[in-house]
Amino acid sequence: MSLEIHDISKAFGGFRALDGVRLTIETGSLFGIIGPNGAGKSTLFSVVSGFARADEGQIRLDGQSLDSLSPPARARAGMVRTFQVPREFRHLTVRENLMAAAPKQTGESLLGLFFRPGRVREEEGAIAERVNQTIRFLKLSAVADQPSGKLSGGQKKLLELGRALMVEPRLILLDEPFAGVNPVLIGEIMERITELNTRGIGFAIIEHDLEALTRLVPQLAVMDRGKVLAQGAPQAVLDDPLVREAYLGGVS
Amino acid sequence: MEAYFIAIGIIALIYVILSLGLTLQYGLTGLINFGHVGFFAIGAYTSALLALKGVPLVFSFAAAAALAGLAAWPLGLVSLRLRDDYFAIVTLGFSEVVRIVITSERWLTNGVQGLPGIPRLYEGLGGSAAQLAVLVTVLAVTLVGAWIIRRIAGSPFGRLIEAIRDNEEAVQALGKDPARFKVQVLVVGAALAGIAGAFYAHYITYIVPDQFIPLVTFYVWMAIIMGGVGRVSGAIVGTAILMLFLEGSRFLRDIVPGVSEVDMASVRIGAVGLLLVLFIMYRPQGLMGDYTKR
Ligand SMILES: Nc1ncnc2c1ncn2[C@@H]1O[C@H](COP(=O)(O)OP(=O)(O)O)[C@@H](O)[C@H]1O
Ligand SMILES: [Mg+2]
Repeated sequence: MSLEIHDISKAFGGFRALDGVRLTIETGSLFGIIGPNGAGKSTLFSVVSGFARADEGQIRLDGQSLDSLSPPARARAGMVRTFQVPREFRHLTVRENLMAAAPKQTGESLLGLFFRPGRVREEEGAIAERVNQTIRFLKLSAVADQPSGKLSGGQKKLLELGRALMVEPRLILLDEPFAGVNPVLIGEIMERITELNTRGIGFAIIEHDLEALTRLVPQLAVMDRGKVLAQGAPQAVLDDPLVREAYLGGVS
Repeated sequence: MEAYFIAIGIIALIYVILSLGLTLQYGLTGLINFGHVGFFAIGAYTSALLALKGVPLVFSFAAAAALAGLAAWPLGLVSLRLRDDYFAIVTLGFSEVVRIVITSERWLTNGVQGLPGIPRLYEGLGGSAAQLAVLVTVLAVTLVGAWIIRRIAGSPFGRLIEAIRDNEEAVQALGKDPARFKVQVLVVGAALAGIAGAFYAHYITYIVPDQFIPLVTFYVWMAIIMGGVGRVSGAIVGTAILMLFLEGSRFLRDIVPGVSEVDMASVRIGAVGLLLVLFIMYRPQGLMGDYTKR
């Protein structure tokens, strides 16, 4: 069971942001992606999640080809991405943001809304319960009823993670989930991610804080200039001469 | 005097119904529809033509809503591929196309001469009783419309369209198709405009293409901006302010000598425009507050 990224290339104008990227990410695993700014990490997530179209290559999730699927269809197939720059629904409260993310709501159809009000109420109750759990889990209780646009950068990152969790996917693509989050909280989120992972949810995590990431994931890939330089266990990857030369500038 | 207030009331409520549609489309979903009058026109002509052929008004009203809603369908599909600003231009173009079509298809619409003698509602009652009955009917329909929009706004559907307004890509990332929701919102708003058009046609009893110019759309926009975007109460209060100004300026013409109707029309548009600018400068959230003030 895995996400297979097969020889993906993507150019913006003449610039090759992704250049034959090949990666296999076990669906239930914790997988890290590191690389300098502009390496193509976020672009890779955009292509994988369907927001950007690849020029070449194929993507499969647990054997199913995703190439012809729209972004929402890919999310429904079990893979949800977050954004590097948080995209909160800024006029909705934290609670409403999370409620909006719950899948398959009868009340999201106009017919359901007007002709099955009992069922809608029941579902809302159940969703509200899950949202409460998620809010406690992410320690967002204090801001639960504030408009999400007013949150700090770190809180918005947590909200993005929470929304992704509400979808109940098998694999979550996190784009720099720790950026702007205070260090104490980073430790807690990492614990949460590990905990979620033991429940079977996989994570692919882009991060440029190398140290934080190597503590969290057993497997990682290093990207640079649109290419995967190496992948494997953190120490082995960091010892790879190619990586040391290109990414770490040959520092010993 | 009483008849005058009833007449103003009917027109105001027709504008409220139009504003409710735009509250759903723009206030809640963020769709910039500059072609609202197009659906209003489709509703007016549909119901008028059917009624002139002897179709009972219940059915002609239903057809007005259905046809206006149906016309929004392709526009909804187009909206999914367009940026907000292009969508605004396309809708404006759509309403102008509607006006040009009803102007040129003389065999059907009688062109610029328009359709006279459209049957009134409650013709049997006669006189002021009929007027009052019309007012009550429009009021009832307005209340039902307001109830529907409020119900939608407070529902999971409403939550999702507000999410679409705030960030469409994030909605997609969560596995939901903004397209589906936008099409529904456009259709519902257009159907409301269609009903408003039908009321208008049967109240005025004489419609011509020139009554369906983009200015009508912009009056509705002014109403919701002054009242407060994204709120049902805002649609109502905003329409009240608009009517006060439009009618107030008419009243002014009657007491100030030497001002022609043409002069006054310009003054009126200028005054409403000025009012709008003042609102945007000093109270951008409108009188009733908008979605940013929750
Ligand atoms: N939409 C775009 N148009 C043009 N260039 C882009 C676009 N998105 C990304 N790029 C370029 O592609 C390269 C990779 O960007 P990105 O994937 O965001 O890098 P990373 O996430 O690894 O920092 C950068 O040089 C960036 O400027
Ligand atoms: Mg990035």
